[in-house]
Amino acid sequence: MLPTIMKKLINDPDDVVDEMLDGMTAAHPDRLSRLPDTQVLVRDDGPVGDKVALVTGGGSGHEPTHAGYIGDGMLDGAAAGDVFSSPTADEFEELIGACDAGDGVLAIIKNYEGDVMNFETAIELAEMEGVEVESVVVNDDVAVEDSLYTSGRRGVCGTILVHKAAGAKAAQGADLSEVKRVAEKVVDNVGTMGTALTSCVTPEKGEPTFDLGDDEIELGIGIHGEPGTERTEAMPADEVTEELTDAVLDDLDLDEGQEVLTVVNGMGATPQMELFVVNRRLQEMLGERGLETYDAWVGDYMTSLDMAGASITVCAVDDELKELFDAPADTPALTVK
Amino acid sequence: MSEDDAGTAAGAPAGANAEGAAAVAAVEAVAERIEDERDHLTQLDSAIGDADHGGNMARGWAAAADAAGDLADPDPETVAKTVGKTLMAEVGGASGPLFGGSLVFAAAELGDGITPESAVAFAETYLEKVEDRGDARVGDQTVVDALTPAVHTFKKSIEVDDLPPIEALAKAVDAAERGVAFTVPIRARKGRASYLGWRSVGHQDPGATSALFILEELLAVAADRLDVEIPETDASSPTIPDDEAAEDDPAEGAGSEDG
Repeated sequence: MLPTIMKKLINDPDDVVDEMLDGMTAAHPDRLSRLPDTQVLVRDDGPVGDKVALVTGGGSGHEPTHAGYIGDGMLDGAAAGDVFSSPTADEFEELIGACDAGDGVLAIIKNYEGDVMNFETAIELAEMEGVEVESVVVNDDVAVEDSLYTSGRRGVCGTILVHKAAGAKAAQGADLSEVKRVAEKVVDNVGTMGTALTSCVTPEKGEPTFDLGDDEIELGIGIHGEPGTERTEAMPADEVTEELTDAVLDDLDLDEGQEVLTVVNGMGATPQMELFVVNRRLQEMLGERGLETYDAWVGDYMTSLDMAGASITVCAVDDELKELFDAPADTPALTVK
Repeated sequence: MSEDDAGTAAGAPAGANAEGAAAVAAVEAVAERIEDERDHLTQLDSAIGDADHGGNMARGWAAAADAAGDLADPDPETVAKTVGKTLMAEVGGASGPLFGGSLVFAAAELGDGITPESAVAFAETYLEKVEDRGDARVGDQTVVDALTPAVHTFKKSIEVDDLPPIEALAKAVDAAERGVAFTVPIRARKGRASYLGWRSVGHQDPGATSALFILEELLAVAADRLDVEIPETDASSPTIPDDEAAEDDPAEGAGSEDG
């Protein structure tokens, strides 16, 4: 019999984000610092001069997203909301103000209603204070047009690639419009779809967000346990991989010979073993379709608490994006040398 | 009073003390009302959303009342900005930027105090910000459905009909009330309720309902401060001035709002 209250390593649901952030800065005291009285983490050596600042944020529960990507070659700061809830506009405003070194700020926003509204309010307030801010909204999830939390497509794991490419461009000293152009180039060329084998359990609720039978999986899920597009019987890894990959590739509609960067992303409770099994079939399929893999990332990049499952991201790359994905990055969650 | 406090008072526009005090009183009245209506709002939201509107708004307005009450010799702009910032920080979700963020931007219209003209500008800017931020228009089953008739009726009552502001405000509240009723038989196009599709038809929008409660308290406090009865409104036709209203001296009404 399943327990109604899941076991978790938490003290109090109300303290979980606060305590997580303190734990993160304690793990990376030389990289991260927390703005007083906020849930905002920024580069310890920031604001970094002669560089466009990159900021992002969103609900907690997606670790290492968002703060895990703060550092050289990626983000300058990130605001953490409560679990699966947008940070408030004032926190975003503090984030922008703290990271701006006078060369402008690019806000990278995942397309969720709360994130977009709070970030846009903060941007307008920051602009009134004289900060130059541009934003890009990431909407890489090919599964749904409208979902429980957003109008239009959701922003999911492809966001990491936006952080990487735009972060590298900013590190090269490019101006705000150039950094934004690169971010939009990734958004235009990336697609993602995910599947859940189990529901996640939020600390607040203590029980599964949605019911999924022992023999069922959900295709096209978001990163908050919101429903996907289709519920099916559990399938072998190859078949699941084919469902996800087909959906992404159909959406991207790439020419034969196109080079791509792929990400097989774990949702939080899936062993690496399984992610590599998925990646194996993904790479086979790309070959069958005449696509060339430029780089393949496998790991937990944007999770959904303790959800079991994975998402597949494909991004078409050109020479510029390849150079930016290869450029050095030094962050808690992603290092490229 | 400290020297800092004295400096603030000296630098404030004439009449700021009375207007600022009225603004603080209005915020306190709204906070009390939203707390009273907390369960009602939660009930409305649980039918179409995630049942957090009542709790979030009650928490936000309680904090806003505290913050406004802590201001020393505030002027209306400062009160509006403080309340907006506090709501933005405390309410969260979409309601934080919609109710609070919009207030921060509209506050600047009150920089020279509360006059019929500045009140209209304030109302229009507020509505515009809510529309833009939420990307919502009339008929989407959102707070815009309450605010639009309220703001349009207020503006028309002041600018076209030359009604005293307190009567214009009473008509605006009446218009908002019918805007809230209008949210019931229409389908949600924005916000959480929109995901229900046609199932959203038949539900009263919680955000629009909150806006009505806020406007009702503004009216009550304004009438109290002016020491007048809340004017009766002709619910059948807010756009045509009724005979009673036409008999009033608009100049006198406009002046009394400042006092």
